Amino acid sequence: MFTFILRRLAAGVVVLAAISFLTYFLLYFSSANIARNILGEYASQEQVHAKEIALGLDQPLLTRFFSWAGHAITGDFGTSWFTSQSVVSAISERLPVTLTLVVVAILCIAVVATLLGMAAAVKRGWIDKVVQTGAVIGDAIPGFVLAIVLVTIFAIQMKIFPATSNIAPDAGASAWVASLTLPVIALVINGVTSAAQQIRSAVIKQLEKDYVRTLRSRGISEREILFKHVLRSAAPAGLTVLSLQFVGMLGGVVIIEQIFALPGMGALAVLSTTQGDIPLVMGVVLYTVVIVIIVNLLVDLINGWLNPKVRVS
Amino acid sequence: MSQPVEPTGQSGTVVRSRVVVKILKNPMGLIAIAILLLMVVLAVFANLLAPFDPNFANIGKTLAAPDAVNILGTDSVGRDVWSRLVFGARTTLLSALLCAAVAVGIGLPAGLIAGYYGGKFDSAANWVVNVLMSLPGIIVLLTVRAALGPSVWISMIAFGILISPGYFRLTRTAVQSVRNELYVDAARVAGLSDRAIISRHIFSVVRAPIIIQTSMVAGIAIAIQSGLEFLGLGDPSVATWGVMLNEGFKNVYLTPSLLLWPAIAIGLTIGALVLLGNAIRDALEDADKIKHRRRNKAAGAPVERSRPKGKSTDTVEAGTEHHLVKVSHLGVGYPQADGSIKKVVDDVSFHVDRGEVLGIVGESGSGKSQTAFSILGLLPDAARIVAGSIQFDGDYTVAPGDDRVSQGRLSSLRGKRISYIPQEPMSNLDPAFTIGYQLVTPMMRVLGISKAEATSRAMKLLDDVGIRFPEQTFKAYPHEVSGGMAQRVLIAGAISCEPDLIIADEPTTALDVTVQADVLDLIRDLQKRLNVGVILVTHNFGVVSDLCDRVAVMQNGRLVEDGPVREILRNPKDPYTQKLLASMLEDKEPMTMLVSAGTGPGAAAEKEVAL
Repeated sequence: MFTFILRRLAAGVVVLAAISFLTYFLLYFSSANIARNILGEYASQEQVHAKEIALGLDQPLLTRFFSWAGHAITGDFGTSWFTSQSVVSAISERLPVTLTLVVVAILCIAVVATLLGMAAAVKRGWIDKVVQTGAVIGDAIPGFVLAIVLVTIFAIQMKIFPATSNIAPDAGASAWVASLTLPVIALVINGVTSAAQQIRSAVIKQLEKDYVRTLRSRGISEREILFKHVLRSAAPAGLTVLSLQFVGMLGGVVIIEQIFALPGMGALAVLSTTQGDIPLVMGVVLYTVVIVIIVNLLVDLINGWLNPKVRVS
Repeated sequence: MSQPVEPTGQSGTVVRSRVVVKILKNPMGLIAIAILLLMVVLAVFANLLAPFDPNFANIGKTLAAPDAVNILGTDSVGRDVWSRLVFGARTTLLSALLCAAVAVGIGLPAGLIAGYYGGKFDSAANWVVNVLMSLPGIIVLLTVRAALGPSVWISMIAFGILISPGYFRLTRTAVQSVRNELYVDAARVAGLSDRAIISRHIFSVVRAPIIIQTSMVAGIAIAIQSGLEFLGLGDPSVATWGVMLNEGFKNVYLTPSLLLWPAIAIGLTIGALVLLGNAIRDALEDADKIKHRRRNKAAGAPVERSRPKGKSTDTVEAGTEHHLVKVSHLGVGYPQADGSIKKVVDDVSFHVDRGEVLGIVGESGSGKSQTAFSILGLLPDAARIVAGSIQFDGDYTVAPGDDRVSQGRLSSLRGKRISYIPQEPMSNLDPAFTIGYQLVTPMMRVLGISKAEATSRAMKLLDDVGIRFPEQTFKAYPHEVSGGMAQRVLIAGAISCEPDLIIADEPTTALDVTVQADVLDLIRDLQKRLNVGVILVTHNFGVVSDLCDRVAVMQNGRLVEDGPVREILRNPKDPYTQKLLASMLEDKEPMTMLVSAGTGPGAAAEKEVAL
């Protein structure tokens, strides 16, 4: 078990290193006019040149990368070129908003999709039709279009929710809830039916297994079979779907945050990439990838806990 | 959900034209194709359809309502919304095509090579795929845009690369599954080059899934591209739906309709692509299967046409109460696609008394297992009782006229008074729970005893069924024990709640030869000791002669002969029984030997015959 985690973490570090270099390499091409952009059009040529040297832009690619990586290993991601705020503090201001949004949405999807999927698998009939049709519709409507519709109807026309967020660091819980409700609904509607669809087929597959018939023959109640045995065996399939949705959402929230004017990582990503703020972009990319790696590791660990066969290998 | 209106023929996977017809006959498919054709027409004839250049701005007429000149109005800088919509279709469709082409161009060959040759390329490609799949797409695209500029085409190439793992995995899995098929081997032996095999045999396998995937990918590409442009990250000089959406959202307080048109265009196009993908998938699926499944579903609904209430206390025929189980004229059937019912059990009658072992013999498909499951009430959902009745210990579990087994009555009997020994030991234990848990829980539920008591009983049971280290087995997971052990565990489970009747469905078929004899001995011992009734379902006359008091022979769902084992073995009347017996005994010991052995259990000779 322990070596499994270690191996996965080591693999994660390798992935992280590869992605860092790739991103840095890409951004290298965007840094031509960066000093001019920072200083503004009235700065003199000398000032611009001095700034380039200060930022290390005169160094070759590899030197710059390893200098950045050397600091990054120690947890120092540098400071933003445009605001001089440290990258870590900029991200730690934004990360809670995005994580709250994504985690709440995923938890809602997990609960609703599990119930819907199981109901569809066991009861069939109309609820099955609803889930199947819903899955197609959910696939067909892009999340951000749905979000735009929601914000137009409920925030701008009906004024039930705030159209723009009022999440400030000192904002109370009610402000958070009000600001996050619509975006979470948008994310949930978009993902819930396709997750339910996957859970439905996983549950049906388990219900057809021999051991379910044997459990029934032993006098175990249908409810216990469903919630203890079938759900447990169907869970890995559901978790895989949820983890894929989680990764998708980390990207998707970029647009959602823009629509609802939420000050999260997505907004930071848009700002930093449009400006070419390399330290900030690197920070955003790395934090995101680290979150993805952690989530994937967690899913593997839970699957191992659920399925003793996997645990052994 | 979307069924072909009139499913014809079988699978239709190979015949292309038939698939196309099916898609067109499917209303969803037809709508999807119509919408996509409309979009293509808009894109191709944009120059003719649009009265204005998409970027022509009439500063004097901004945010105008629709009129004769600007049929959908104008935007905030006075550009014609209709013209921009039409030109947007062109950009959007082309960019989706580009993205799909890049993704196929990378994923398909890589998947073919990785799947066909495996080895280092496979593991390297898998590593890259895992990295790509753990990247949040939009963040990467933002980075690419920062590096290479706001071009729609560059973003779509980048996104095509990001999404290529989908094709890679699809192709690789498909290729791996056919690579070792016999016909591919045959082609190789026939001297076909690898390239010829790939293009001729393997490519045809992945073609259909690739088309479906492409339809979905094009939809995702449009969503992503519009999303990026909505963020204001697109090329502002190119009219696209995403840019229009962005423009509309900025003016949502003034002119919400600016938002409406691009949103509709995006929604319709992506929806059509997704529906098309589904329609193709449905068309490729076995039409028969779809119809069948659907019918089952319909039948599985609340059709349970139960008899009037109060009748459930039906008294069984007088004089039969003493039988432990009595099956009378039982018929079991499955509703078919054409509305008929396919009978798998037809007019079967027999009874079992306490302490008696009845063998039900027949080849596979004779309906013997279906009969056993009707007694247990564990028939598949689709099954219907079409005739007859079943009574257990003087009460009906299937009363005359019922079309389903009464789950209410059986759930109080199952586990407690009727138990079941399955055929295949490994698949009948839940792999996620320990053997101990699976023994203890039924006892706690059925007998209502404490966990500690159930545990000590489980230990004793494991010892009783001849497991040498009960504690170890108790803690083990099913995959940690052998098949023979697992079968002993299942037998322990079957007797754990002291049932009156045990139904054993081919309890030795899946076991090793040496273990078979042990398990049969075990069942015989337990049956004698606990004085339970046993119904032994088997195809094996050897097992019957070894264990059973009476035997019922089944063929094609009907009972052809029944009676005491000795009589039937000595003097089979039905030609089918004779044939079964003859096939057992060919080139083996003479029949008299077997018959005499049938009374003296434990003799080695008849076990030989049994195999």
